[in-house]
Amino acid sequence: MSDQPASASTHPSQGAAPAPQMQFGVFTVSDLTQDPTTGRTPSEHERIRAAVAIAKKVEEVGLDVFALGEHHNPPFFSSSPTTTLAYVAAQTERLTLSTATTLITTNDPVKIAEDYAMLQHLSEGRMDLMMGRGNTGPVYPWFGQDIRNGIPLAVENYALLHRLWREDVVDWEGRFRTPLQSFTSTPRPLDGVPPFVWHGSIRSPEIAEQAAYYGDGFFHNNIFWPIHHTKQMVQLYRRRFEHYGHGSADQAIVGLGGQVFMRKSSQDAVREFRPYFDNAPVYGHGPSLEEFSEMTPLTVGSPQQVIDRYAAMRDHVGDYQRQLFLIDHAGLPLETVLEQIEILGTEVVPVLRKELAVGRPARVPDAPTHAARVEAAGGGRDATVYADADGVTGRAPAPVTR
Amino acid sequence: MSAPRRLVVVSAGMSQPSSTRLLADRLTEATVAALTSRSVPVEVTVVELREHAHDLTNMLLTGFATPELQRVLDATVAADGIVAVTPVYSGSYTGLFKTFFDVIDDGALAGVPTLIAATAGTPRHSLALEHAVRPLLSYLRAVTVPTAVFGATEDFGATAGRAASDGTPPLAARVDRAAEELAGLVAAREPRQVADPFADPTPFDQLLRGDT
Repeated sequence: MSDQPASASTHPSQGAAPAPQMQFGVFTVSDLTQDPTTGRTPSEHERIRAAVAIAKKVEEVGLDVFALGEHHNPPFFSSSPTTTLAYVAAQTERLTLSTATTLITTNDPVKIAEDYAMLQHLSEGRMDLMMGRGNTGPVYPWFGQDIRNGIPLAVENYALLHRLWREDVVDWEGRFRTPLQSFTSTPRPLDGVPPFVWHGSIRSPEIAEQAAYYGDGFFHNNIFWPIHHTKQMVQLYRRRFEHYGHGSADQAIVGLGGQVFMRKSSQDAVREFRPYFDNAPVYGHGPSLEEFSEMTPLTVGSPQQVIDRYAAMRDHVGDYQRQLFLIDHAGLPLETVLEQIEILGTEVVPVLRKELAVGRPARVPDAPTHAARVEAAGGGRDATVYADADGVTGRAPAPVTR
Repeated sequence: MSAPRRLVVVSAGMSQPSSTRLLADRLTEATVAALTSRSVPVEVTVVELREHAHDLTNMLLTGFATPELQRVLDATVAADGIVAVTPVYSGSYTGLFKTFFDVIDDGALAGVPTLIAATAGTPRHSLALEHAVRPLLSYLRAVTVPTAVFGATEDFGATAGRAASDGTPPLAARVDRAAEELAGLVAAREPRQVADPFADPTPFDQLLRGDT
């Protein structure tokens, strides 16, 4: 085991279809919310199975991405996203699995490096991840951290994670975790190419700055925010991406959130969705559905209205790479969620793909995929670090040479 | 003439017209006069919180302001001086007055000269300014002027220029004194430059070093 020569990686390349210019997909925050029209709240087990069903449906209807949240408190089920994502990866062929978001503040960056490299191997590279800081105060003390250090934690932890995927042996000392001496994070990234990372932020210019510094993607989860704010954040990221020499501002990698509810006629859509909007913990008892729709990307109406609204997003933020929709919100039953994904996949996204391809400059990069990143790296390589000896076989460790 | 200063007047009166707005207007006129006498031009923006009550509640729930409310918040955090006037309800500022200051970003009013004032039906509420309004503005690190102006209903019926039976100077005299104090602080400071974190982010190497 220890003395085998490195052999070329033999995994199949990512699906045969060419990578899309823009990826469309669905994200879920994994909440258990009561259906206000029936008074019924699904069990954790039902929602966990529903997430899998949603992910498979996303692939079935021709969408590209399924992203799952991470939370460590009720009413959310998804404390351990890589387990779920690996399970989905095993049952899909083309789908890219991602997160929305991975807590870079309270997770040990070493564990993130290990977990997501593992997912990268098992999914044959059909994964990336989005860093976030989390929105629940107590999650910080639950994991031994302090919310007042939110930004410094995001900065330091990601700096370590970034190195763990790029350097075979890492020496590290920081403010927030135990120092590391001669540490190798395993498994090494598939093909020697680290997973693509998005940095998600709603309000913090520091995170846009961070994404720009590394040349990573920036995802503005704008579902509760007006487009002028989204524009401000994305413009900052684009400008700083260029400043740090990763390309021109329009070559920065941008993702947006959104949420929609569709029926053939807009009146039917509004009638059906209103009780969900009015009672949902995240929407209800504030602005009306109409006000909220005006101020945020929430679009309740016909498929054509959704197409018109989302085809116009690039007028504000420039040509972008990833559009994720929140579909399973406000307590909507699974059956309805699957219908909505069907409409997205068959009526909305094919049109959006065509419309958004028009006038998209050739220099704007396509959505990032593992295959494209391997190609950009000049081909894949086996990145395995072979140890000379180990404690299990009882052989004396050889001196470390570097 | 020196550079123009921006004065924002926040009035939390509920009725229209309200005695709170009356007091706010008197304080505004006196402050403008005091600045003008110092050759300092001033632009005044009056914010009637009543008009933004729904938007303020929605902002508590959604986290973002409507474009109209955002303009008001932007004007407030860019002010060179603030006049903040609230009615006294249940012994303190009104919920609406507090909500307005609740949705302003931490530190955004630090160092801003501020005149606090209140109205009520009875002079027995006058210390609400000292035990409630001033600590709120102190928390926000605004610089409150020493004279806080309290106007009870009876002040509006008092004889001009004559002290009350307990020796309190007349309302007009208190208004002028507070306005002088505010104008003095505003005129002594350079016009404020509000940093835009989107235009001018903290460079990443600074963030990496742990500086923010």
